[in-house]
Amino acid sequence: MTLLAHTGIVFGRCLRSTLRSKTNLFFGMLQPLLLLALFGPLLTGLDMGVSGSSWQTLVPGVLVQLALLGGSYVGLGLLMDRNLGVLDRMRVTPVSPLALLLGRTLRDVVQLVAQSVLLVLLGLAFGLRAPLPGVLVGLLFVAVLAAALSALSYGLAMNVRTSPEFAAIANTAAMPLMLLSGLLLPMTLAPGWLEGASRAVPFRYTVDAVRQVFLGHYANTTVAVGAAVTLALAALCLMGGARLFGRVRG
Amino acid sequence: MSSSVIRVRGLTRTFALGSGPVHAVRGIDLTVGRGEILGFLGPNGAGKTTTLRMLTTLLPPSGGEAEIAGRDLLRDPAGVRRRIGYVAQSGGLDPACSVREELVTQGRLHLMSRGAAAGRAAELAAELGLSGLMDRPTGALSGGQRRRVEIALGLVNRPEVVFLDEPTTGLDPGSRAELWDLVRRVRAEHGTTVFLTTHYLDEADALADRIVVVDAGRIVAEGTSAELKRRYAGDPATSLQDAFLAITGRSTAERPLAI
Repeated sequence: MTLLAHTGIVFGRCLRSTLRSKTNLFFGMLQPLLLLALFGPLLTGLDMGVSGSSWQTLVPGVLVQLALLGGSYVGLGLLMDRNLGVLDRMRVTPVSPLALLLGRTLRDVVQLVAQSVLLVLLGLAFGLRAPLPGVLVGLLFVAVLAAALSALSYGLAMNVRTSPEFAAIANTAAMPLMLLSGLLLPMTLAPGWLEGASRAVPFRYTVDAVRQVFLGHYANTTVAVGAAVTLALAALCLMGGARLFGRVRG
Repeated sequence: MSSSVIRVRGLTRTFALGSGPVHAVRGIDLTVGRGEILGFLGPNGAGKTTTLRMLTTLLPPSGGEAEIAGRDLLRDPAGVRRRIGYVAQSGGLDPACSVREELVTQGRLHLMSRGAAAGRAAELAAELGLSGLMDRPTGALSGGQRRRVEIALGLVNRPEVVFLDEPTTGLDPGSRAELWDLVRRVRAEHGTTVFLTTHYLDEADALADRIVVVDAGRIVAEGTSAELKRRYAGDPATSLQDAFLAITGRSTAERPLAI
């Protein structure tokens, strides 16, 4: 209960700060929307070896990409707060140290889910058709994935010294993971070795599951495996993030 | 001295670096009385900030023990945090945040209700002359105003001890004098103990009841400004600068930079 209340206080502070930075919100949102608008139409006539429309394949991919990229870079904001001394100031209060992490992570989840809703709406305008329950379950996947990556990103930000260092690590990790999970084009197009490699990337299972629920299929192995992998990843990342967050460097 | 509010015994901190261990703090024993203004003085790299970060629960000590405001530093860090204020050298303000937002949130982080936090923010603003600045983003304040906001944040929970890390670094002479007055007033009106690090000798001379000089992670001298001058420079009429150089044996500028 206390942890929840403390998390709420930190969440409120972070959310107000997000709402104040309108430019950040706008540009953070623009990239996935542009991807959908400028890349999506290229796929409508292609045979991607999957059932449903190309939008039912692409929109889930862009949603997971938003969570992946948006989530991994949140640490940059924390690094700024660290350098300004904001974080230390907050750490010398009775608020639970874990709440300092969870409050921020919750803010990121809310922000990324809100952006995802906009993305789905734009998809609808372009021709996406998906059942409402499927879209809601898909957003739930995005929320869990966003929480995982955000917590991990904060853990990383507590253990590097500068923004360039952070960006280098986050970039290097995010790029291959993104390509290997078949976010923009499904892995059904991939040669065997690439398909095999993508099986080692957890996001692959998340995006496959979201594609299924966007088609209205809920009770199959792909969805079950996707849910299990995503939840396990979230548990692991939250624990790792909390550990890294609590570790103090001089 | 009526009662002590800080008791430190054998406090040490060693950092493990690639090049080998760095002994930043090598064993500090220290007692600070309630309502005292203590000047923690030393050249760059002496271990001032490391000591301060340990006493404010930000950095776990490698060894030793401490009791602050009646709470054990190692066993009850949350209890210590409830009873102290900390103003870091870097300040800790979000430049996009308004003064009000910072003050109210700090109250909330000290687990006050919304109403109590807003009330405390207004009270502190009046006390520190910030009432007219409440809706300004902190990034738009002058250096002296910003410092006052930072001190206000450190006082939100009516702390028994407030730790100030080089509070006047970067301020113009007018703002420095104002800040000294503020620190004296806080002590006089609320009986707050002030633990202040500085490398400005005039600041320690003007403000501190007692001066502790650290060098290379150890306390090398301790006493009132007059005592230090008499003991180390041989003359109470001399400057604290001469006493300081006699104690640390070199000028601050020639010191190699350590952690």
